[in-house]
Amino acid sequence: METPTLTYLNDGHGLASWLLTKDHKRIAILYLVSITAFFAVGGFFALMVRLELLTPAGDLLSSETYNKMFTMHGVVMVFLFLVPSIPATLGNFFIPIMVGAKDLAFPRINLLSWYIYVLAGIFTLYSALSGGVDTGWTFYTPYSTAASNTHVMSAALGVFIAGFSSILTGLNFIVTIHRMRAHGMTWFRLPLFVWAHYATSLIMILGTPVIAITVLLVAAERALHLGIFDPALGGDPVLFQHLFWFYSHPAVYIMILPAMGVVSEIVQAFARKNIFGYSFIAFSSLAIAVIGFLVWGHHLFVSGQSVYAGLIFSFISFLVAIPSAIKVFNWTATIYKGAVSLDAPMLYAIGFIGLFTIGGMTGLFLAAIGLDIHVHDTYFVVAHFHYIMVGGAIMGYLGGLHYWWPKMTGRLYNEPWARVGAIVVFVGFNLTFFPQFIAGYLGMPRRYHAYPPEYQVFNVFSSAGASILAVGYIVPLIYLTYSLFKGRRSPADPWGARGLEWEIPSPPPTANFTVSPVVTHGTHQYAPSKEVGIV
Amino acid sequence: MSDAGAEHYPGPLHTPPVHEEPGVAGHPPHHPQLRHHFDDMDQQAEASTLGMWVFLVTEIMFFGGLFLAYLVYRSAYSTGFQEASNHLNVYWGAANTIVLIVSSLTMALAVRAAQTSAPPKTQVGWIVATMVLGAAFLGVKVVEYTDKFTHHLVPGANFQWTGEHPEAAEIFYSLYFCMTGLHALHMIIGLGIMTVIAIMAWRRQFDASYYTPVEVSGLYWHFVDIVWIFLFPLLYLIGFHYH
Repeated sequence: METPTLTYLNDGHGLASWLLTKDHKRIAILYLVSITAFFAVGGFFALMVRLELLTPAGDLLSSETYNKMFTMHGVVMVFLFLVPSIPATLGNFFIPIMVGAKDLAFPRINLLSWYIYVLAGIFTLYSALSGGVDTGWTFYTPYSTAASNTHVMSAALGVFIAGFSSILTGLNFIVTIHRMRAHGMTWFRLPLFVWAHYATSLIMILGTPVIAITVLLVAAERALHLGIFDPALGGDPVLFQHLFWFYSHPAVYIMILPAMGVVSEIVQAFARKNIFGYSFIAFSSLAIAVIGFLVWGHHLFVSGQSVYAGLIFSFISFLVAIPSAIKVFNWTATIYKGAVSLDAPMLYAIGFIGLFTIGGMTGLFLAAIGLDIHVHDTYFVVAHFHYIMVGGAIMGYLGGLHYWWPKMTGRLYNEPWARVGAIVVFVGFNLTFFPQFIAGYLGMPRRYHAYPPEYQVFNVFSSAGASILAVGYIVPLIYLTYSLFKGRRSPADPWGARGLEWEIPSPPPTANFTVSPVVTHGTHQYAPSKEVGIV
Repeated sequence: MSDAGAEHYPGPLHTPPVHEEPGVAGHPPHHPQLRHHFDDMDQQAEASTLGMWVFLVTEIMFFGGLFLAYLVYRSAYSTGFQEASNHLNVYWGAANTIVLIVSSLTMALAVRAAQTSAPPKTQVGWIVATMVLGAAFLGVKVVEYTDKFTHHLVPGANFQWTGEHPEAAEIFYSLYFCMTGLHALHMIIGLGIMTVIAIMAWRRQFDASYYTPVEVSGLYWHFVDIVWIFLFPLLYLIGFHYH
């Protein structure tokens, strides 16, 4: 099939047509390229950490260098990859199309958010290249303000700036979803992907400003020797922890909610069934966003927080499990008795459901105060949040990227290789992080570059798994890039999926729709049986 | 629009619209200020105002972090904060409060002038009046900051306090400079915005059919004023009865 028609990809050529674009689809591609680059940077730091931990002795890196490695890994992965990953790429590309609009409400602000993101990346890279920062991605005071002599300032400013990029993305999504829906696109006809991003955007606009002011105070305290968080000057370091986690715990939901939105789309398309309990999934996204703001204190169980506050935070943390479980049960019920086809996006989605369940359940362990005191600051915690962030968010991201790749690029990727890639990622991920649960439960603390030899067996498994995981990430990079040049042309709807995005050509024209659509059905209209051909 | 077709495999989710695209047959042409991705001016105006409201929510959370820090330390060091607050000049603060409230009035009148298609001179006049008041506020702030510098009340190496609670006083002045400094930064940004708005008004871009930029800039201006309304009593008035 030829594509002589004008698409967003051939509507304007040259670097300037990309760098000055106001088209949400092109900005999504700009984000895709830049977050992939930062994913590689963050991955490099992770590999250095895993290489060091292969042996009990601290032989590869000095303890100072090791501290910088895990700090830069966390800062880059959290602020420059995970937070923008799905929203800024898939969300940016598909939310306007899914609501039936020509663009996001504020196209120029959308482009601005990308430039702000790039500026944040430059600050962070400068921090890394000029010697790194060793405070951990959490920047705990007073170490970060009074003791550390590394490049805290540029890293903190990098986080501060990245926050504005995230705020602008969230603001744009909220206004778009409120004001840009096509005729007939009622709230309860919206795809669940859009609902998930609405909840995500709420967290972005309510939480991100708080981390912004917090790291700004850290920077001011470092530069001007203020005493706001420094106990030596009468300040309170626990106040920093409260402010930091007020954003940084909800930030986990910024990472996981969009992935949940992706999974809600994929399970329907590849089980050929309408979602089970649409409104429950929609409202559970909002419930996660709201309850997620009230649980930050579970990071402070051993920080001298009042016991009564601890009790309440523990209880509310348990409550988050309810909307999360609703989603898992509803996805499972959607797949149940569906005409399931195990294409790569579905493999990622099923992987997500399993890994998210493990990550979520171990989160309940950590919400229980007694158990948390035992495993606090151990590899149990590290394993738990990697099950959510890597096993959950990145699996969702990769699943969504595969699912919508034909729409975004107009090309089909190599499906057998994609399935192999998905399986390698799943195996590599579990081999990396499952042993860390055991090592952590047995008492191995996080953030040390040397450890007693009895933990070595778990770390060898973990490092071996990390190398497999790295292969699992490189394989898609190769066949997806290859598909750009040699892949078969994709029809408008290669999966037989439902949704406005599948009713317009692949790749979409610049204006998305030739005439503004009038929506007559909910977007989740799948045939009850396998009567549609599966490509 | 029923969902009755859900039992069998339905057709496309959307149908071509029954009405023509606006601006084609017999419809009035687009307003020159309508961006291509909006259907009409109402949608565009609603999007802009909602966008500004959402942005102001982020601003509330941004200042909220500082207000929380203030709350924590004021309850921890309540006497020390009163002692430190006593060294701020209530009269300068009160004068600035009045200046900002009046600037909110002139801002509201600027929006009103655009809404009612008043002549550009009137629109620009109210906007410039707002800017003059904003600049006056910043001028007073400069006087106050200079005073703090000369009296060694700026936190850091040169901070000197002869009173009873030097630690609390230094934290108070840390918060004072962070809060009023960020507020002043917002005022400066506001002056920049108002400069653009004044130029646009001078070029006759605003009338009853299109005044959203004035309106949303006004929302921002009022917000920055309201922040000061909270800062003034929290910083200046708590030491009023301290001896």
